[in-house]
Formats: sequence, C-alpha cells, structure tokens
Amino acid sequence: MHPALQGLLTIIIGVSACIGYFYFSNQFLDKILLPAKGPKAGRNITRANQIRPWLFLFPAMLALGVYLAYPVLETLRLSLTDRDAGGAFVGLDNYRQMFGESKFWEALRNNLLWLIVVPAASTAFGLLAAQVTDRIAWGNVAKSLIFMPMAISFVGASVIFKLIYDTRAADTAQIGIMNAVWLQFEGGLGSFLFLRILPLLILLSFAGIVGYAGFIIGRPLWNGAYRAGGGAMKVGRAVVVLAAVWLAVLALRNVIDVMTMSFPYGEPQTWLTIPFFNSFLLMVVLIWIQTGFAMVILSAALRGIPEETIEAAIIDGANPFQVFFSIKVPQIIGTIVVVWTTITLIVLKVFDIVFAMTNGQWETQVLANYMFDKLFRASDWGVGSASAIMIMVLVTPILIWNVHNARKEMA
Amino acid sequence: MENIAGTKSSLTWAVHIATVLLVVLWLFPTVGLLVSSFRTADQITGSGWWAALFTSEQNEVLRAADPDEARVADGQMYVVSGNIFADNDSPTDKEISVWGTSSREIAAFQAGQTADLGDGETLTLEANGDYVWRGTEEQISGRGQRMFITAEAPPEFTTENYVTILSGGSTTDNMSKAFFNTLTVTIPATIIPIVIAAFAAYALAWMEFPGRALLIAIVVGLLVVPLQLALIPLLKLHLGLGIGKGFLGVWLAHTGFGMPLAVYLLRNYMVGLPRDIIENAKVDGATEFQIFTKIILPLSFPALAAFAIFQFLWTWNDLLVAKVFLIDATGETTVMTNQIVELLGTRGGNWEILATAGFVSIAVPLAVFFALQRYLVRGLLAGSVK
Repeated sequence: MHPALQGLLTIIIGVSACIGYFYFSNQFLDKILLPAKGPKAGRNITRANQIRPWLFLFPAMLALGVYLAYPVLETLRLSLTDRDAGGAFVGLDNYRQMFGESKFWEALRNNLLWLIVVPAASTAFGLLAAQVTDRIAWGNVAKSLIFMPMAISFVGASVIFKLIYDTRAADTAQIGIMNAVWLQFEGGLGSFLFLRILPLLILLSFAGIVGYAGFIIGRPLWNGAYRAGGGAMKVGRAVVVLAAVWLAVLALRNVIDVMTMSFPYGEPQTWLTIPFFNSFLLMVVLIWIQTGFAMVILSAALRGIPEETIEAAIIDGANPFQVFFSIKVPQIIGTIVVVWTTITLIVLKVFDIVFAMTNGQWETQVLANYMFDKLFRASDWGVGSASAIMIMVLVTPILIWNVHNARKEMA
Repeated sequence: MENIAGTKSSLTWAVHIATVLLVVLWLFPTVGLLVSSFRTADQITGSGWWAALFTSEQNEVLRAADPDEARVADGQMYVVSGNIFADNDSPTDKEISVWGTSSREIAAFQAGQTADLGDGETLTLEANGDYVWRGTEEQISGRGQRMFITAEAPPEFTTENYVTILSGGSTTDNMSKAFFNTLTVTIPATIIPIVIAAFAAYALAWMEFPGRALLIAIVVGLLVVPLQLALIPLLKLHLGLGIGKGFLGVWLAHTGFGMPLAVYLLRNYMVGLPRDIIENAKVDGATEFQIFTKIILPLSFPALAAFAIFQFLWTWNDLLVAKVFLIDATGETTVMTNQIVELLGTRGGNWEILATAGFVSIAVPLAVFFALQRYLVRGLLAGSVK
C-alpha cells in the first residue's frame, strides 16, 4: 500500500479508535457496569465518577509509561549489562570503559561549553531583541523575522550555516561569507581592531560578568547572611562560585592567546576543522534558532511589568540603562530562569547540528552524538546506554526543579 | 510608556539601528540559502550569493565558433562571425566592457574595437557579444579564437534547481519521495497525540480523584526526559512486537514523545477555563463526556492549535526519531532531513542542490509558522510563563 494512503488510513483509524474508545468506555461505564438507576443509583454514580478519570487518562498514561517511563528504567538496566555477553550483568564496567575513552571526555567538555554559552547568548540576545522591538512601531515585523528560525529544522539550519562557513581554494571566489570577510583582513589597523581589541573586550566583559555573578551568588556564604539557605543551597552556591572562577580564569587565559596569536591573513580557512573554535561555530547555529524563542517569552514578561515601577524610577532620575538593568530585569528574573532552563534542556539533547555539520570530528563531539555513535555505528548498547544515562544525570537537577515548582504552584 | 514626561528618549535612533542590525543578522543566513537556490552551479561557484543581487562584473574565457565548420569565404579572406555568448551557451543579456585575446592582457580593447592579431588577421567584438573574426585560410583554422572578456551581467536567477530536486534528477537528488514520506510521518503524528492528550488533560484539570497532583508532577518530570534514553529500549520493544522499523513505529514514537508537552500545555489551558460554565452544564445534566466534547474542546481551540503547531514543526524537522524508528536499510522510507544529511555527505560542494533541497524542506514549516504564528506564541507563553 502506498505510504500516503497508509497514513490517511492511520489518521482515520487512529482518531476514530481513540474517540470510539472514549465514547464506548464511558457508555459502558454508565449504562452497563454501573447504571445510574435502580436501587443502587446513588452509589453507582459515585463509583462511576471514581472510575471515569482513569478512563480518560488511560491512553495517555499508557503512552507516557511505555514511551518515556519504561525506557528510563530499561536504559539504566542496559547500561549495567553487556550485549555481547548475552545481556549479562557487568556492574559498572560500561561506565568504566566510557570514562576511559578520551572521546567521552571531549564530548562532556564540549557539552559543558555548550551549556554555558548557548543559553547565556540566546537569553542575552533574546532580552536585547525583546527590549528594542517593544519600543518601535515596526517591532512586530522585526520580532516575527527574528523568531522565524524557530521553524527551521536543525538540519536545515546546518545547511544554511555550512554555506556561511564554506571554504574554496585560495585563488577562486569565496562563496562563504565568513571567508569572504576574513580575506578582507590583511594585518593592518582594521585587523587589529577586529581581531585583537574586539575579542579582548568580549573576553574581558565575559570574565567580568561571570565573576560578578559568582560574587553575587557567593556573597551570602562569606557574609554569613541568613539568606544563604540550607546545606544543599550552600553547596550549590559553592559549586556556582567555583564554576564562575574557573570560567573567568579560562577567559583571562585566552586573552593572552588572542593577543599573541599570529593569524594566517589572506588564506581561506576551513573553519569547521579548527579545534575548539569550531565548537563555537556550531553553537552559533543553535543560538540563532533559540534567540527568537527567548525573545518572545521575555517580551511578554517585559510587557507584564507594572508601569508604575518604571514611572517611579524615571521620576527619580534613572537613565534608560538603569531602568532596564535595575528595574526591569529584576522583575522578570523568574522568566529569565525559565527561558534559561528551557534552552539548557535543548542544548543537552543537541544532536542534529553536530551530526549534520561535523559528525563529531575535529573535537566537536557532544554527548548525544557520542551516544548515537556508540549505539548505531559501534553497536555497543552498554556504553551507549551509559552515555544516555549521563545525559539524564545532567538533566535531573532541572527535572527536580521543575517538579518542585509545579507542586508549589498547585499547592 | 512613550508619553511619560522625560522618556522621549534620545536613544530612539539607537533602538532603531539595533533592531535593524539584529533583523539583518538574523535574516542574512536564510536569505543566503534562498538566493543560492535560484542560481546555477556556475554562478554559485563564480561569486558569493550576495553578489548575485547586483549587476556584477564577470571575467570569462570564451571561444569563437569552430572555424572548420563556421568560416565563410570573403574574397581571399575567410570570416567567422556570430555571437560569442550564443556560441558558448552563455546567457546573452550581458554587456561587454573590455576584452583581450591573451590571458596577460585581458583588458587590451574596448568593446567595438578591432584587434589586430598580426599578419592581417583581425577580430572585432561588440558590446553585445557579436564578433567578426577575419583572416587568411591558414589563420582561420584549428580551434576558435579565444577571447577574454569582462562583462557586466545583470542579476540572473533560475528555477532549474527546483525542477531537478522536485521532479527530475537522480534518485539521490530527487526529494519528492522524501517530501511525501515526511508528510506521511507528520500528519498522523500530529493529530493522534492531540486526541489522546486532550482527554487526559481534561481529567487532570477538572476531575477530582486521588493521585491527581502526583500524576501532574510525573507529567512535568517526563517533560524533560531526553528522548535519547528511549531509543534502544523502544527499538528493542518495536522489534520484539513485530512493528519493526516503519511508519507505524515512528507514529507511535512521536505520539509517546509528544505526550508530556501535549498534556501539560492543554491542562494548563483547560484549568484556566471558567468554572461556572462547567458547573452549569453539570447542573443541566450533561455527562462528563458531553462537557468535554461540547464545551471544553471548542473553548480550548487556541491551545490545541498551539500544540498542533509545535508537534508539526517538531515531527517535520526531526532527524533522530526518524533515523532510529523509520529508516531501514532499503532507504525507501527516507525523510527530508535524513536525505539532506546524506546530500551533505555526497554532494558537499554542490550548493545548488544542497541549497534547493534545504529550502524545499524548510518551506512548509516556514509557511505554517508565518500563517499560524499567533497560536504558536500563545502556546509558548502558556507553556513557560505562568
């Protein structure tokens, strides 16, 4: 049968089966099993109403259970067994093997880099876009255009950006914009400004922002303030401070590299094969896609800010930057956290972009692609499952946080 | 806020410039792909796509027609004449500015000038490409005279690539099968989860039963479970059940993976519906099933639409689930994302094919996006901001 016809049939059968199930199970409950008449009518109605929710829930619960809950447990089990040994229990051998592979550490390191850069950049750009588009007449058109990459697949976006990073032989026309721009640099003043001073400023401000964030979060620890929270909170703060210090040091170390590196001017570069730097080129793709999402949500949050607070600040003589950073941002910090975590989740699962653009070569490996490699190229289900569990472990804090918030809201 | 005293900001112009910059930056990559998909292979390798929008100066090496076939006797002399562009199957709406006959002096003559090639052999080239090549029998023989021309070419676009991708070409280039496969995956995988999730969302929003809060918490938890964890166990399950790799498997997988978001979004929306309507209906003797189909479903249309768009975009753009649950060794059931990844491998440099294939695959989501953006935004807000 032609697949399209099969698809049409599936829609008809699937939808009518669903509706039929709901309709007839309700009918069965009300008319046959527990009819609302006769001597036991009252009791029957009560009982029917106790059962009915589960009729409504059953198909969804089945889908959730089979397709999401069961696989988590099964993957955990598989990660402790060896496929070649007939599924025998091997304890933590798969994890040990995985931790012994340099590719895994490369993937983990890259994933952490992605985790820091992509949510931060997307949220920052999104906030900027939301702020500027809210204030002008043609803002909605601009929003729509910045939001558009959301509709483009990761694979499509990879094709788009591969064209940007494309490299041609030295004596032919460069069709990738990045190389075309690169060839404009020849080592003069412009090159100095763009390739030394600009990166220097970016790195310094990055180090500054990270350091400041670490300082703010860590301050209650050494002040001994009551706001430092319980034991878990203190550990969390300490971890954040350490991470911030590490990032700031990393950025400052790169300052020296940038200032002393000699650039190969005039030669077209194969951008995607330059280790470390190429990971950032892949991140650009995801930032490009996710900024629109951040913008839409943050723009709604910005509009929700009570105007009196802004008016009061202006009357008190605040300048536009102060209004933005001291009045607006603190009021939408909750939404910023939501956007940040949502993008973090997407980053943790990022697969298509790396798969389509470099397939993990040239030190661009990430966990999801590493896992795909193990599963379907090396056919190593044990290590593959172990790396899937690693992704799950990274997701777990957000999972707990979300569930915690959802329960708080309902209570 | 603009009307508050003192906020008539001097930053307005900066805001406009920043917005223009952002929009241009964000639009630039996609426009590059779109423009490239309308250029021929030669044009793409000849210049960057940004040059295609303007009249460009091109250098070309073309040959006069083969003298042995085209020469005409004119007294003692022989003459070959014609149009340099027509003879070389090159587009004819270019305008030659300067030209030459050797690679060292490609700008030796103006258009319309006559070049003296020595011993009475002459060559005249007009701006529109008409040439007259005159000489003795011996001179006008062998291969056609080379001409190095510098021509002004107006922007030029072709839809040929789309014809290749959609209806012609080899099996690796032709996307029509993958297009229909993608459509076949997408539509059932969008509709079925909505039906199932709507009922569950109603139960979680408006029915009282023990364990409701726990179930909602579980749904919120499952919302973030990476689907990477589901690949092997479910593939094993599908193979064990005899579903194997195919459309049925991918429909089921998408239904399962889309379920948490569907239930979560729809429940959030339904919970916000006015309680009075539902209670009035109950007092009037409506059953739960009637309340759901006659009141809740119609009122929830915006949320249903929002989820439908999410799920559509996600299933249309998906690569991983299709690769694991759908595409078998025969490749008969390939989807567009997969075919593009394969094209990136096999035709890495052929940007006319890649750009067109890429644009064919993103055209439908873009159309859906622009047509239904309203609902998408509303859905995003319902899902993240409370």
